[in-house]
Amino acid sequence: MNRLYFEDFSVGEVVEYGDRLVTAEEIVEFAREFDPQPFHLDEAAGRDSQAGGLIASGWHTASLLMRMNCDAFLNASASQGGPGVDELNWIKPVRPGDRLRVRRTTISARPSRSRPQIGVVEFAFEVVNQRGETVMTQKNPVFIGRRTPDTAS
Amino acid sequence: MSNFYEEFVVGEENVLGSRFFTREAVVEFARAFDPQPFHLDDKAGEASIFGSLCASGWHTASVAMRCIVDWREKDRAERVSRGEASPPLGVSPGLRELRWGAPVRPGDTVTYSSRVISKRETKRPQWGLVSLATRGVNQHGVEVISFLSSAFAARKGA
Repeated sequence: MNRLYFEDFSVGEVVEYGDRLVTAEEIVEFAREFDPQPFHLDEAAGRDSQAGGLIASGWHTASLLMRMNCDAFLNASASQGGPGVDELNWIKPVRPGDRLRVRRTTISARPSRSRPQIGVVEFAFEVVNQRGETVMTQKNPVFIGRRTPDTAS
Repeated sequence: MSNFYEEFVVGEENVLGSRFFTREAVVEFARAFDPQPFHLDDKAGEASIFGSLCASGWHTASVAMRCIVDWREKDRAERVSRGEASPPLGVSPGLRELRWGAPVRPGDTVTYSSRVISKRETKRPQWGLVSLATRGVNQHGVEVISFLSSAFAARKGA
């Protein structure tokens, strides 16, 4: 199996993947559990709001990015999770029927100082809809296992 | 914290509520959105840098959002019961400095709180922008999540 390690991520590389249809049902399902604001629950209520219609919770879009990342590369990698997210911008609403894909840019890659068996890879993600509009951007580091850990300290 | 821009007081902190993380909820969220082995399986969790099965950070964050929404909804409902105007809810442009300080494990209870860190008027007369620092602390007093977010808040009489 071709597992992806820290060494397989080159700075400057741009990769695109994903084709995720977002349905009204799942927008409402996510919102009922985590973000039950009117514009995430109901089309008519959304029309009367700043959102202008039913829109996905931003946390739903972020979770869908996570899922597309898992499917496209993280689950085929030696990922050990991430410490956080430096920046996340919800730029345009995600509406029922939108199809989302991801454009991933590798910003930096460095071995971890405290843990020789992992490296820290920093990514910039753009979530793009079927019209080519960027709906969300996110910048975050991921811990990824090294193929050849340093033996010297 | 409030729902009207004018009523947000910079520096004010509110405890939003506590939520218990069940194994079922942790695994269910991970299956849908973050199916990495250490969010799905005990053995894989033990082998990971987390040392055990733990919740997706997006799960911990989404539950924070639920606590914020519930707090604001309670405020809205109280206004309506007093016969006052019910402010429309605004959307959020984003967040920064999201940190997952420690893993959330099945059986943990996370208590969330939000502090108002700044507020400003916007070009739109009906909306102000409010910034919040939100954090979640587990039953041992360890911070498991923190982030800075902003959201539009309706202005009174606009």
